[in-house]
Amino acid sequence: MCLAVPGKVIRIAEPQGPNVSPLMRTGSVDFGGVVKDVNLAYVPDVKIGDYVVVHVGFAISTMDETEAQEVFEYLRQMEEAGDLGPDVPTSEASMLPHGAPSATAATQ
Amino acid sequence: MTQPTGAVCPIPLSRYPSVVMAHGGGGRLMRDLIEQVFVRAFAPNRGGHLHDATVLNAPGTRLAMTTDGFVVRPLFFPGSDIGELAVFGTVNDLAMSGARPMFLSVSFILEEGLPIETLERVVGSMSHAADSVGVSIVTGDTKVVEKGRCEGLYIATAGVGVVEHGLSIGPGEVRAGDAVIVSGDIGRHGIAVMGVREGFVFETEIRSDCAPLWSPIRALLEAGLEVHCLRDLTRGGLASALVEIAESAGVSIAIDEARIPVIEPVRAACEILGYDPLHVANEGRFVAFLPGDQAATAVDILRDVEVSSGACLIGSVGSGDIGEVLMETVGGVRPVDMLSGEQLPRIC
Amino acid sequence: MRFVDEYRRAEDARRLAGRIRQIVRSPWTIMEICGGQTHSIVRFGIDQLLPEEINLVHGPGCPVCVTPIEMIDRSIAIAMRPEVMLCSFGDMLRVPGSSKDLMAAKAAGADVRMVYSPLDAVELARSNPDREVVFFAVGFETTAPANAGAVEMARVSGISNFSLLVSHVLVPPAIEAILGAPDRAVNGFLAAGHVCTVTGCVEYEPIAERYKVPIVVTGFEPLDIVQGILMCVEQLERGTHEVQNQYARAVRYEGNPTATALVNRVFEVVDRKWRGIGVIPMSGLRLREEYAVYDAERRFDVAAVAADESPDCISGLVLQGLKRPHECPAFGTACTPERPLGATMVSSEGACAAYYRYRRRPTH
Repeated sequence: MCLAVPGKVIRIAEPQGPNVSPLMRTGSVDFGGVVKDVNLAYVPDVKIGDYVVVHVGFAISTMDETEAQEVFEYLRQMEEAGDLGPDVPTSEASMLPHGAPSATAATQ
Repeated sequence: MTQPTGAVCPIPLSRYPSVVMAHGGGGRLMRDLIEQVFVRAFAPNRGGHLHDATVLNAPGTRLAMTTDGFVVRPLFFPGSDIGELAVFGTVNDLAMSGARPMFLSVSFILEEGLPIETLERVVGSMSHAADSVGVSIVTGDTKVVEKGRCEGLYIATAGVGVVEHGLSIGPGEVRAGDAVIVSGDIGRHGIAVMGVREGFVFETEIRSDCAPLWSPIRALLEAGLEVHCLRDLTRGGLASALVEIAESAGVSIAIDEARIPVIEPVRAACEILGYDPLHVANEGRFVAFLPGDQAATAVDILRDVEVSSGACLIGSVGSGDIGEVLMETVGGVRPVDMLSGEQLPRIC
Repeated sequence: MRFVDEYRRAEDARRLAGRIRQIVRSPWTIMEICGGQTHSIVRFGIDQLLPEEINLVHGPGCPVCVTPIEMIDRSIAIAMRPEVMLCSFGDMLRVPGSSKDLMAAKAAGADVRMVYSPLDAVELARSNPDREVVFFAVGFETTAPANAGAVEMARVSGISNFSLLVSHVLVPPAIEAILGAPDRAVNGFLAAGHVCTVTGCVEYEPIAERYKVPIVVTGFEPLDIVQGILMCVEQLERGTHEVQNQYARAVRYEGNPTATALVNRVFEVVDRKWRGIGVIPMSGLRLREEYAVYDAERRFDVAAVAADESPDCISGLVLQGLKRPHECPAFGTACTPERPLGATMVSSEGACAAYYRYRRRPTH
């Protein structure tokens, strides 16, 4: 669970008329050249140009572009540090991505 | 429109906007349909006759023959239609034996209520396709079934071609060290048809890759290349073609995922549906097996022909004798298998 | 495709895996609980990148696989009613019930439609007012907002010929059931990334604490999975048991409050039976009383058939990570995707089907 695919929001249609609910907010999302209509009710702050994660016709999350770069930043640091040394890493060289909270940290 | 003579109610054919049961009855109405729709399209300059059987004058003595059926829905889809598919699909089966396609027969199952205009569109497309490849549609048959018994129309074909080379082409000729070449990017036809059915909108429309494949095959043969095996990729996709050949030939085939061409919108549609591009249908693509040292030449020759301009080397035949296909992927090597039944979109 | 392709680079995956190799000292068993992750691991050969010390097992992360056999039977019974149009996701159509699957029911004349979204089913209800449209609502927490949204859409649009046959399950109770089992061998978990886009990571904290296991919320692409395993191994080697978020580009720690609000309004938590495992308390969803009119189980009086699983099928043990598919005597012989004995072979996300398609022999 669960096949969800990222795509770019290219159009947002606010529902019009008397009997509308925020549930009816839809948009067009471009997945690498395939454009589909997607329900945007669960991403109320999304703007055109944002990327969303879509599951069975609903956008369930927006993509954080900064976080998306984290693993590549980590790989770059690995390369700079000279990859394959035999030492067990200390906590400074921890794999924890930047900003990721842990259970013992203060709540966000 | 010619008026039929006689005491029957002289309603001209043009007043029948759609197929009626009587069109399959074997009588005048059926003959009118044949004359005014089929003969007009398939044999306008050849004496205007389509008989139950036709004697063919074929040069040479090695013939290839094939038969096929076409039931695609919808009848018209981006890039092609059932008529063109029927001609090219049959022609391609012949081409995979290295045979020059020459003659086709066509049998129509028509649903009562099918608009004649639709039939004319399909038949016109077939005529155009046949002309483009230089094949003649020489004989045919028509049946009409009650509304609901078929979806508009079905087409069954048989094709005859001439084998003008001395090679034996088939899975039995595949050898260790052979190169595996695919003639272009995969998955367009299946996604094009699925897209229409499911209402996908493509930024750049995905068109079926339906195309005749005799030209590139002829180019390979005329260059004197030692073609061992050919297979056009249809339902079941690249995976099915390779697995069938591997099992039939009892060889192991190794391919590299990174080399298999898939255009981005097709990949994206597959991601959305949870499909594997290796299992998606094609209609204008084939794989070729030939000696490894001829691979580069073969790719160059194929890229000079429009329909195979995207040809590339994707793998090779190994020295194992188990019929399996292994693919190099991100983490390592994994087996490639045929589809078990239909590919079902998944939510997970 | 952006946010997909860049996470599939072989070289990067290998380098991250090399890091695991560097730091691992002891053998560890790590479970991933998501059919999508199972599929990705097997399809991309990710387990081949891992050092021998890492034993990757697959958990009950396939909602199709864990749908109880009697729910399949109920869906077929409802579909056979002449006024009903039964809509379902594709991968449910070939899961065997007691005697047949929904595909066979369709061949026998039932109006069974494959849809990609529950909204498609609502649309079918709108355009076919004389039919009863029933949507087979299967899924984990990822799909609950879509199903809740569909019901709410029907309600505010005044569409009354629409109902859900609900077979929703929740992940954390399943994890607890696995961890609470006396013979549990799992040391760490990769939690399902898309589930957590909806629920957030918070509810895994008490589990990590109680059972002292690290839990890493992980994505689905090769880089995600290798990085998730790396983070888990790091914790195991240093003896911590925290909840970490590898999939931070899509998962916010608090989840999606708009989505969970509607899910909580429409559904309530109940006990649920998991195929192959049994009843897990408070592990499923049911429509609340206020939405009872949209509940197909209450709308249609379908007698439930008590169904027995094939005695040869060890799906339950596979789903709990206690056996691998190739360790089942029926794997690949009596049980294949063409003639499946259990759901894990039918569902394209099931561990057995994934192994059959991509493996068919053990790698260790």
